[in-house]
Amino acid sequence: MATKEKTIDQEQYKWRVQRKKPKPAVLRNTIMAFLVGGLICTLGQGVLVFFQSLGMSMKEAAGPTASVMVFLGAFLTGLGVYDDIGKVAGAGSVVPITGFANSMVSPAMEFKREGFVTGVGARMFQVAGPVLVYSTVTSIVIGIVYWLTRLWEARL
Amino acid sequence: MQYLMAFLVGGAICAVGQLLMDLTSLTSAHILVLFVSVGAVLSGLGIYEQLVELGGAGATIPLTGFGHAIVSGVFEEIEAKGAVGILSGVFKNTSMGLAAAVFFGFVMSILFNPKG
Repeated sequence: MATKEKTIDQEQYKWRVQRKKPKPAVLRNTIMAFLVGGLICTLGQGVLVFFQSLGMSMKEAAGPTASVMVFLGAFLTGLGVYDDIGKVAGAGSVVPITGFANSMVSPAMEFKREGFVTGVGARMFQVAGPVLVYSTVTSIVIGIVYWLTRLWEARL
Repeated sequence: MQYLMAFLVGGAICAVGQLLMDLTSLTSAHILVLFVSVGAVLSGLGIYEQLVELGGAGATIPLTGFGHAIVSGVFEEIEAKGAVGILSGVFKNTSMGLAAAVFFGFVMSILFNPKG
């Protein structure tokens, strides 16, 4: 009888903790991710507008813009600044392409002592590798579907 | 106005990522893989192009935009060359960003050491 009461208490306690504890953190984290991620994209928009002012179309300017943002992400990771941003921004610093650069530089620096081939060279793709694998495979499957659709349309 | 839209669209995409990180057990690596794949699918459905028109860099800078860049390249190449384009289009619009990521990533890894 006593144990039964205790279990109910524990379950109630768990339920209360789960219900009350994570909520403010989730809201705060999401707002911070929104703000920092939004700011990184606003900076990206500035870079995009700069390349467009040189006479490039939006499509032509996308590559150079991505390269500048990748450079900034890699450089700030090297300086150790990007990890500080990441502590407050969470996904706001992970999801932009600067975060992709961060995911390459961070483990590569960390494992430099394992050598330039198995350390830097391999670890750079710890996260970038899976990203490339799944984006390439998904896109090729979509490409096959698109190609078949075009063939079908041409026959009709 | 285009800066505000970039902020809002980019911020919203990152907020979705944060919610997934907080409410599920997905790590940041999982989020990146998921986002790039979702971006490719949305691009294939013709939805992501509209998001790019709306948000500019707010849609192209998040990694979903990388998936969109791959699929749009594949579609362009299929239109121009047929079946060959399924493979030749993959790195058409992404080559510059990828080359930059490998080069700058390598240089920064060599130049700097981790803090602490």
